Amino acid sequence: MTTRTIRRRAVVVTAVAAVAALGLTACSGGGSTGPSVAASAPPTVSGTIQFWHFFTDREATVIQGVVDDFMAANPGVKVDVQSGQDDEKMRQAISAGQPVDVGLSYSTDQVGPLCSSGDFVDLTTYIQRDGVDLNQIPDTVRGYTEFGGKRCTMPALADVYGLYFNKKMLADAGYANPPKTLDELADMAVKLTSYNADGSIKTLGLMPLLGYYENSEAHWAPSTGAEWLNADGTSAISSSPGWAEFLTWQKGLIERLGGFDKLSAFQAALGQEFSEQNDFQTGRVAMNIDGEYRTAFIADQTPNLDYGTAPLPVGKAHTDLYGGGYVTGNIIGIGKGSKNPEAAWALIKYLTTNTDAQVKLTNGLKNVPTWKPAIDSPNLQLPAQFTTFLDIFDNKNLVTTPPSTIGADYQTILGTHTQDWQAGKVDDVNAMLKQVDDEINAAVKLAG
Amino acid sequence: MALAFLAPSLLGMLVFFVYPLVMTVFYSFTAFSLSKPPHVNGLANWRYLFGGDPLIGKATLNTLWFVLILVPARMVGALFIAWVLTRARRSAGALRTVYYLPALIPPVASTIAFVFVLNPATGPVNVMLRNLGISNPPGWFTSEPWAKPSLTFLGLWVLGDLMVIFLASLLDVPTEQYEAAELDGANGGQRFWYVTIPNIEPVLLFALITGVIFALQYFTEPAVASATAQGKATVGAGTSGLLGWPGSSTLTYGQLLYQRAFHSNLMGYASAMAVVLFAVTAVVIAVLLRRFRAFSPEVAS
Repeated sequence: MTTRTIRRRAVVVTAVAAVAALGLTACSGGGSTGPSVAASAPPTVSGTIQFWHFFTDREATVIQGVVDDFMAANPGVKVDVQSGQDDEKMRQAISAGQPVDVGLSYSTDQVGPLCSSGDFVDLTTYIQRDGVDLNQIPDTVRGYTEFGGKRCTMPALADVYGLYFNKKMLADAGYANPPKTLDELADMAVKLTSYNADGSIKTLGLMPLLGYYENSEAHWAPSTGAEWLNADGTSAISSSPGWAEFLTWQKGLIERLGGFDKLSAFQAALGQEFSEQNDFQTGRVAMNIDGEYRTAFIADQTPNLDYGTAPLPVGKAHTDLYGGGYVTGNIIGIGKGSKNPEAAWALIKYLTTNTDAQVKLTNGLKNVPTWKPAIDSPNLQLPAQFTTFLDIFDNKNLVTTPPSTIGADYQTILGTHTQDWQAGKVDDVNAMLKQVDDEINAAVKLAG
Repeated sequence: MALAFLAPSLLGMLVFFVYPLVMTVFYSFTAFSLSKPPHVNGLANWRYLFGGDPLIGKATLNTLWFVLILVPARMVGALFIAWVLTRARRSAGALRTVYYLPALIPPVASTIAFVFVLNPATGPVNVMLRNLGISNPPGWFTSEPWAKPSLTFLGLWVLGDLMVIFLASLLDVPTEQYEAAELDGANGGQRFWYVTIPNIEPVLLFALITGVIFALQYFTEPAVASATAQGKATVGAGTSGLLGWPGSSTLTYGQLLYQRAFHSNLMGYASAMAVVLFAVTAVVIAVLLRRFRAFSPEVAS
């Protein structure tokens, strides 16, 4: 699921289009209750169903391969696959009642709105009727695929984030192992950084600036146990000490590496994230936070790179958190306008709980499987570095970003402030985090 | 009978303009996420618009910057090039084509290309600047003070659309008037001000109004530039943290509206923003039309 950032069609909408969309969604909303469920599973399913997903190119081919297997096993069903469908487009289609039988989305941030509105129908009845064992899905993943006790989506593979390190660069600097704590990480980052004659950075141990590739607040939060939201949906950011701890550490490292301006100049010259010019793949940076899918890019683009992977280092007061990390993933559900929910459910069940299907998807997409028997399957063909991500996925300290009525906007709000923070425009981190609370709470209140 | 002939276009206007407009105004008084039915929340959206939203001030100022700098810069640039082309004696056709060509590139592609060309480390522009002895050239799209000027340069590069209509209108100015002015002793500047400008004024007005509307809705170029400069040559990915980078310096009103509607699920609030944008656009155009009419009644009326 490289996907989240590159595989998706660019959404370029003018304000006019947005205004028009606002108007045209007038017909959406409505209180559809969705299809009713038969008392027992039909022996065979038949008919045509529409399957919308966002994958394109190589990844769409992988999906098609698994869909073909499904059609071979269910000869009465014809799956009409709509690939490359952007998430927002799919949501609009579903909420307008179009017959999107099965929708696959990358935004776990939208599970809240999708479930609470009934756009994706509740799958509980199907799951109980067919005896699907949800215990075969890891806890965190079970958590982010339901909302308010309503299970309207199933997980179809996940992305897990960890630390990538360049083995040769570490060895040259005298390190045999990756760092386990943030302090070790900072020391190594400093030692692994080299400078040009004019004082600019030549190679960097680790980029501390947020906004660089996958360097986001969400991906770092597990290192200090930083939390986002309270149970009532309001912001927990200023009351969660992990944020100030992480940001203070980050600021310290920025100073040790030569300051914001020097690092910005280095960042400005970065290579495109999903090309072979990615800084980690070219050796411009020695260590970097990234998702498990990077292993597929390295194998494809820079197969000679000697690298390792490890869980995210943790703050010194949080050594118990080591081994965990951030997870997010694809979700799949039945649109409320589906005319053939039985066939739609059969496809969802196949994609998310059939071990062979999950293994085939995993081998093709190089994402983490979300069905435990698939995680343990001997048929997985994955590079050695991938094992780290399976372990992180299995760790009790695996965390994700919570669902909210304002989507992922609470992350954006924090991000707006951390940009000022890392640039040195903010002195009082706690006051800043309090302001973040206020802004998030105001938006949550407005969303009603 | 007249109504029957008008019906098709009236129907189109009702369905695609009046109805969305009325509904947008209605939604601006509701809490509305795309999936849930709207429920009225009074003036909450409007209060947030004029006092709660932490980014709206920045986005408005950025948009105003583009209206005040980008639009005049493009007009002056296009007029200058069109004027130079009227003077070209040889290969005028080829030059016209050369200056028009960039306007044919889709905006997403031209923006990505421009960000690459202006890459502070690897782009050819800064390499040339360094060779010319400028040791510390600007960071262009990656630096807060230079991001908006960089977008203006991009706008100047793709000004072929304006240039062509200016060129046509410049060639339309009767040469007798220039000759008469010359006989009366007018110098070059006076001929431009008293002969050229009044003659091409309707075209200038058209360019100004369409330019202002374009700038108020400015979206594609800053969105693509922000993402590309961050190493993610795509738009709308996952979170909207990509928009406006670096440091909200390229966050425009249109982008914020999109972000509030489709990422924050605040459709009601986004509707209020859209209503304001519509009202501001209408007022600006009305003012422009009035001013120009007062300036030169026989042309505009």
